[in-house]
Amino acid sequence: MSYSSVPLHIPDGFLGLAVSMVCWVISILLLGRAISKTNRALGEKQIPLMGVMAAFIFAAQMINFPVAGGTSGHLLGGALAAIVLGPWAGMLVMTAVIAVQALLFQDGGLIVMGANILNMGLITVAIGYGLYRSVSGRANSLRLGMAGFAAWMSVLAGALLTSLQLWLSGTSDLQIVIPAMLGVHALIGIGEGFITVGALYFIMQTRPDLLDDSSGAFKGGRGWILPGILITLAVVLLSPLASADPDGLERVAMDMGFIQSNRSAPYEVIPDYTLPFLGETSLSTIAAGLIGALVVGIVIALLGRGLKTKI
Amino acid sequence: MHFHVFDHYQEQSSIIHRLNPRVKVLAAVGFILSNALLPDGAWAAFLLSWLFLLGVNRLSNLGLAYSIRRSAIVLPFVLIAITVLFSVPGNPLLSLSVFMREVTITDMGLLRFVSILIRSWLSIQMAIVLVAVTRFPDLIHALQHLRIPAILTTIIAFLYRYLFVLSDEVLRLLRARDSRSAVVQGARSGGSVVWRARVAGNMTGQLFLRSFERSDRIYNAMIARGYSGNQYTLNPHEMKSSDYFTAAFVLTSLFLLQVIGRF
Repeated sequence: MSYSSVPLHIPDGFLGLAVSMVCWVISILLLGRAISKTNRALGEKQIPLMGVMAAFIFAAQMINFPVAGGTSGHLLGGALAAIVLGPWAGMLVMTAVIAVQALLFQDGGLIVMGANILNMGLITVAIGYGLYRSVSGRANSLRLGMAGFAAWMSVLAGALLTSLQLWLSGTSDLQIVIPAMLGVHALIGIGEGFITVGALYFIMQTRPDLLDDSSGAFKGGRGWILPGILITLAVVLLSPLASADPDGLERVAMDMGFIQSNRSAPYEVIPDYTLPFLGETSLSTIAAGLIGALVVGIVIALLGRGLKTKI
Repeated sequence: MHFHVFDHYQEQSSIIHRLNPRVKVLAAVGFILSNALLPDGAWAAFLLSWLFLLGVNRLSNLGLAYSIRRSAIVLPFVLIAITVLFSVPGNPLLSLSVFMREVTITDMGLLRFVSILIRSWLSIQMAIVLVAVTRFPDLIHALQHLRIPAILTTIIAFLYRYLFVLSDEVLRLLRARDSRSAVVQGARSGGSVVWRARVAGNMTGQLFLRSFERSDRIYNAMIARGYSGNQYTLNPHEMKSSDYFTAAFVLTSLFLLQVIGRF
């Protein structure tokens, strides 16, 4: 079968429990917002549409083209989904694709699915839509160029997040995983960019009405531009820094208490990774992880509330 | 396209197949969670987890080695974890020179590496067994019962339904491209990489339009059959006493595994 996977699907066992839980919390908060937004904006008609579009993304991932030496380029689809469906619907569609890949093909784990959704379904859509929206209404060539760049960037962002999660879980060495993942995905992302541009160009020629920014509540607002650009900037600044000076990043993380120098439990959010009053038991470990996840969740909820007025 | 290309459900009559899908989903997730919780080097608990897995294979009439045969999917990702062999401090076991760099495998690094491998290997096998003993529509139904929002489960249900249809569409597109791409032995073929990428882009755009138009037709057909936004099933999926018994048994076993893993 020509089904091939993008090497970003993390299997179970490769991420620490605390990292997995934090990723789940972030993903669930974003998805909750996506669900309430789409439920409000869409009629029942759009649900089958989104289902078929999810099948489209899935099937589109099977289209490949030969590059060189037996390798081939193909699509992840986050940026394309965001541009043709709008950001919130794009997030739900990508989540469904990742869930089915994990459930049906064991491509990506179940406990780590929150991380996979975040890396491949949410950040790709946010970057793809934010960057594309910033040039809406401009000339077609500019929009296509930006879509290609956004698609490339979204793959890179997903790879960067994956590497950071693997490193925080103590599964990979930062000095190797960042350059390796970013290097491979900088190439994979080029294929992503080309296919995204090609597909959009084709749609512009045949059904330009489908790409109309004002086509109903389906699309997102201009509030997506700022987060899209900010995440892109973060990736652009962090990638070279992490590749050139991984020790620096490790030092920062150590100073902030995310990891410890002895690396026995490199995914610490709470010092010593246990709660003093519960003693050094697994219960204490779980509670510490949950509290860490909760803190991150609250921060994001507050951020979301602050942004809400603008979005 | 036959559904077995994608869906590895194995039609059997076994007590595991007859379990409520909710119990199966929770047991599988619980097992994977238990693996994630076990500390590095908990060999006895890992071994017992594997025996548990073999037992499930056996009870599902899949054959003892069913899940092992399909578990190689996890292998490519092993590369990602290989660096822990060198990066975790511990007593040196073996020094190698890789790309002019001296690296030392430590005992703690080896312990962590093997533990990560075992965890992911056990977890993926449980996921393999889960889809082998549960029909996918039942799995979606279980997710609905487990309070996954209806909009997501409905999208997943549609995705599953049209996966096969749109994959056939892709195969037609790929076949059409192949039939127009003659290769002459010894001669350079197929244009530049950019050109190839553009062809793939056109195919993706074409697939999008076909899917989009199809979804319109699908919706009209659904309306014609009285679609009201809800999905119904004839299978009630009631929790029987055997389901509660199994859930309790699995929970107790997983708890015991955790205790054994820590002493």
